[in-house]
Amino acid sequence: MTTTIITTMTMLDDFLVRAGLAGVGTALAAAPLGCFVVWRRMAYFGDATAHAALLGVALSLAFQGPIILGVLATALIMAFLVMGLSGRGLAEDTLLGVLAHAALAFGLVSVSFLSGVRVDLMGYLFGDILAVSKTDLAIIWTGAAVVIGLMLWRWQRLLTTTLNPDLAQASGISARVEQLVLTVALALTVAVAIKAVGALLIGALLVIPPAAARPLARTPEAMAILTACVGVLSTLGGLGLAFELDTPTGPTIVCTATGLFVVGAVFGRFGRTG
Amino acid sequence: MRLITATDLTLQQAGKTVMRNVNMHIDRGEIVTLVGPNGSGKSTLVKGLIGALTPQSGQVERLRGLRIGYVPQSLHMDGLLPLPVRRFLCLPHRHGADAIARALDEAGVPDLGNTQMRALSGGQFQRVLLARALLMGPDILILDEATQGLDQPGAAAFYRQIADVRSQLGCAVLMVSHDLHVVMAASDRVLCLNGHVCCEGTPDVVQDAPEYRALFGSGTQGAFAIYRHDHDHDHHHDHDHA
Repeated sequence: MTTTIITTMTMLDDFLVRAGLAGVGTALAAAPLGCFVVWRRMAYFGDATAHAALLGVALSLAFQGPIILGVLATALIMAFLVMGLSGRGLAEDTLLGVLAHAALAFGLVSVSFLSGVRVDLMGYLFGDILAVSKTDLAIIWTGAAVVIGLMLWRWQRLLTTTLNPDLAQASGISARVEQLVLTVALALTVAVAIKAVGALLIGALLVIPPAAARPLARTPEAMAILTACVGVLSTLGGLGLAFELDTPTGPTIVCTATGLFVVGAVFGRFGRTG
Repeated sequence: MRLITATDLTLQQAGKTVMRNVNMHIDRGEIVTLVGPNGSGKSTLVKGLIGALTPQSGQVERLRGLRIGYVPQSLHMDGLLPLPVRRFLCLPHRHGADAIARALDEAGVPDLGNTQMRALSGGQFQRVLLARALLMGPDILILDEATQGLDQPGAAAFYRQIADVRSQLGCAVLMVSHDLHVVMAASDRVLCLNGHVCCEGTPDVVQDAPEYRALFGSGTQGAFAIYRHDHDHDHHHDHDHA
């Protein structure tokens, strides 16, 4: 027992093991949520929320608070802003385009104001999974556990609302509450994923694995599980490739996921015609 | 016993008042039909009654624990969500295989359990929606233009199915329609809508009401008799199995 614990603790001293664990945690959190992002056509919503995270980083550094809280807060504020402003004249994609890019731009500008602090901007934009600390790991896995728990708890209701809000309402399910659940889960996932893939590529991690899994799945549950597999495979594979080829890890993870998306599309086509 | 009561209900959609000062109720076992031209606020009223829309003023009271079997106007299935019929029927409440088979049978589509939702034809889709509504063991079935996209014989067969189901379950039915001649004859009460309740009463009364004539003309009168519901005969209708 004690030896196992000791071995585990020593394993955690290896930065590659920590990186792998961080990637797996992130992928698992992103999987069920990513499915809903795809099913509900929320891809740009995910982007806007993720880009707002950078502003959160700047604010946390300015006020010397924990980064995770700043990211969580700005991601939540952005998500509620989108929810509040949608359906008020502007087309949804235009509104999200404005907010997503504005959040990114304001984030970049506010980081530049932080003259006193040395900020690894690239690390927050593209992730810095190789620099994950044990504390980061604890945050990532706690966040992932909360997101997955939330998704499991509300799964049936979320699916019903996704199908049709009125159908849900007739069964006594509040579409607004479920939307809220997804929004909170999204903000949490962004906060968890910023270390692994960075603010710019969180959207990719949300959308590409479910898109890869879609052609191979026959039920929502199968799709969520397949998405998790694709996500884990992408992060671990991408990590290995980045180490081998000496490329930036975040983008390499996304490239690997895209490769799996192509494989899924090809196999899905064979499965349908064959 | 009152299942749903609306009092001075005014509803807004997208910032515009669509329904004004509606007073209506549905009793246990009743068939009530809402008719009205396109844009007259029928679907809005239904959304208000099921609680999907918060009233701007007035109120809606639903019986405590009221089970609503809701069949929406249409469900957009775009193929992003993989969903076999069997799984769809278990949303939001899971049911056993037996109950699912029975509901599919009652709705007239016994063989579709493993078909993907997006592969269903229009008629099959509405019947699967009906099967889902039946699984709730509903006190009231609410059908919002449930025959949209079906041809006349298809719609007639669907409504006969509803009548069948209702005579077995004894549940109330609230229907929304603009194809009046298919629906009206089977109703206990008809409410004619155009931004408010223009007139209401039994089908015969509404049919002759000047407000109804003003909205719909009298062109459909001759067709009323065709589908008038008859409780004494057997139903031999064919379903559209693909």
